[in-house]
Amino acid sequence: MSHSNTATLAADRITLAHRRFTVAENLSLTLPSARVTAIVGPNGCGKSTLLNGLARIHAPAAGAVLLDGKDIHRLPSKDVARKLALLPQENTAPEGLTVGDLVRFGRQPHQGWMKQWSQEDQQAFDRAVQAADVKGLVNRALDTLSGGQRQRAWIAMAVAQQTPLLLLDEPTSALDLGHQIEVFELIRNLREQGKTIAMVVHDLASACRYADHMVAMKDGKIIEEGSPAEIVSPELVQELYGVSCELLHDPATGSPLLVNVRRNNRQPA
Amino acid sequence: MNAPLTAPANPRNVVASRSLFLPLVAAGLFLLLVIIGSLIYGAGPVTPRKALAALAGTGSDEAWFVIRELRLPRTLIGLATGLALGIAGALLQAMTRNPLAEPGLLGVSAGAGFAVAVAILFGASTATLTTLIAQVGALAGCSLVIAATRVQGLGNDPVRLVLAGATLSGLLLALTSMLMLMDQRAADEIRFWITGSVAGKSLATFQATLPSLIIALTLVVVVARPLAAMALGERAAVGLGHHPGRIRFLITVTVALLVGAATALAGPLIFVGLVVPFIARAFSGPDIRKTLWLCLPIGPAVVLAADVASRLMAAPAEMPLGVVTALIGAPVLLAIVRAGRMPSL
Repeated sequence: MSHSNTATLAADRITLAHRRFTVAENLSLTLPSARVTAIVGPNGCGKSTLLNGLARIHAPAAGAVLLDGKDIHRLPSKDVARKLALLPQENTAPEGLTVGDLVRFGRQPHQGWMKQWSQEDQQAFDRAVQAADVKGLVNRALDTLSGGQRQRAWIAMAVAQQTPLLLLDEPTSALDLGHQIEVFELIRNLREQGKTIAMVVHDLASACRYADHMVAMKDGKIIEEGSPAEIVSPELVQELYGVSCELLHDPATGSPLLVNVRRNNRQPA
Repeated sequence: MNAPLTAPANPRNVVASRSLFLPLVAAGLFLLLVIIGSLIYGAGPVTPRKALAALAGTGSDEAWFVIRELRLPRTLIGLATGLALGIAGALLQAMTRNPLAEPGLLGVSAGAGFAVAVAILFGASTATLTTLIAQVGALAGCSLVIAATRVQGLGNDPVRLVLAGATLSGLLLALTSMLMLMDQRAADEIRFWITGSVAGKSLATFQATLPSLIIALTLVVVVARPLAAMALGERAAVGLGHHPGRIRFLITVTVALLVGAATALAGPLIFVGLVVPFIARAFSGPDIRKTLWLCLPIGPAVVLAADVASRLMAAPAEMPLGVVTALIGAPVLLAIVRAGRMPSL
């Protein structure tokens, strides 16, 4: 997309803590440009914390998150919002809010005191509802939509921000299979348009299928990083989730497929 | 994606924004009517007919005097009170995402009221001082409310927050009653003031609150857009480049300024901050910015209408304004609570 100039996002030896409890220590990560990065790992491994750290929701106790090489917490939040859009995990919208209302919020980082809704905002709006395929829904209230439609509307809001970077926290966790595919394919389309995307994904199979780059976390550490085909192995699955499996390759895409997933004999993970 | 875009032409892209034009005009006209009503109805020998004549420039000096010295200040004070409480209610409800978060019900007004009662006991009488003290009391009350909504469980349950507020209000009212036992003179003054009334107040009181009303309305302009984004959740608001902590702080200060000013003007009125945003939301939909616009005329109109009613209901005597607003507000509260499902903000 023409507005998506590029930007880089990296974590430089960050430590993330909830109060005094350290969730993740000394994490370093650079998001590959114009790729989809999936952060995976068992519950409580710190993957959402890492994403929130990257999104400047959660300030690191040590180290720094670097947006274009600069400490993200030292940049004006509004400037960051023009480069980095975030889709949080729990989204709430007031009753009766329409898809159009929601998507228009995405233009706030580009608006100012004197700068109300401009032609540029309208164009960004039009492109966003087009890209997320919610054009026909702009006048519908969010609470009347299916889960997949609603999630696409939220993504449309993030798209309207016209940022080169997009972070999504479990974008499909509450959706059934059909709606999951709908959202993942949208994410893939956004990558085609040049966005750099990072998402926390609960489901390893989906991550294998839709991510170009995978970051596997356990106990607050990144234990593997690379393309799914490179890093996903029965050993990794065993280490992450404590289950055994065998690996096949998707004949259509070549991405790894987990089969015969089972608990082994309570072997320590 | 690079196809030329004919931006606003496609009617499907035109967002169905609820037009504010008609509701604003209707509320403005109603406000005009109640302003006239407030100037022409009242106790004493100046009947509506005489008052209208005076307004038209053909009436007696006596009628003009009554209008200028008694009814005009009362009308201005009613306007300011309604404006302040309506906006404060809308802000507090948007920030706590609780349709029942009303400054009167949550103890913000009671905080201001208690502070003023203490001030009266110690002999404070100037309007400027009273306003300031009321605002400090409101700030304490408002901070307590905000802190309470951050407590797990309390914040997500509209009714429990109101119960907590009622407890605080009750406590402060009891403390105020204790103060009244200490000094007979102060007790009379406090009692008159605490029932809520815009009668018998001088223009000086109104003037004393004017600066803080202007500051508060300026803050509203600053905070409206980020506050609207807060409705999408705190993280989403950060994602859009806002600072939730800063917004909460500004809202707290604004609500304190407004409720303090209103309480200094008219005593601790309850329900106004509930009824006004409730009516406004019916026309504005979920966007707080639109709700605030509509609160501008609806707030003053509701308080003035209640004040005119207070003069007519028990004529030739007057009902206290606080009694009338409670009579109007209680059924609205019951209606919201009984609606089965609380509207989520």
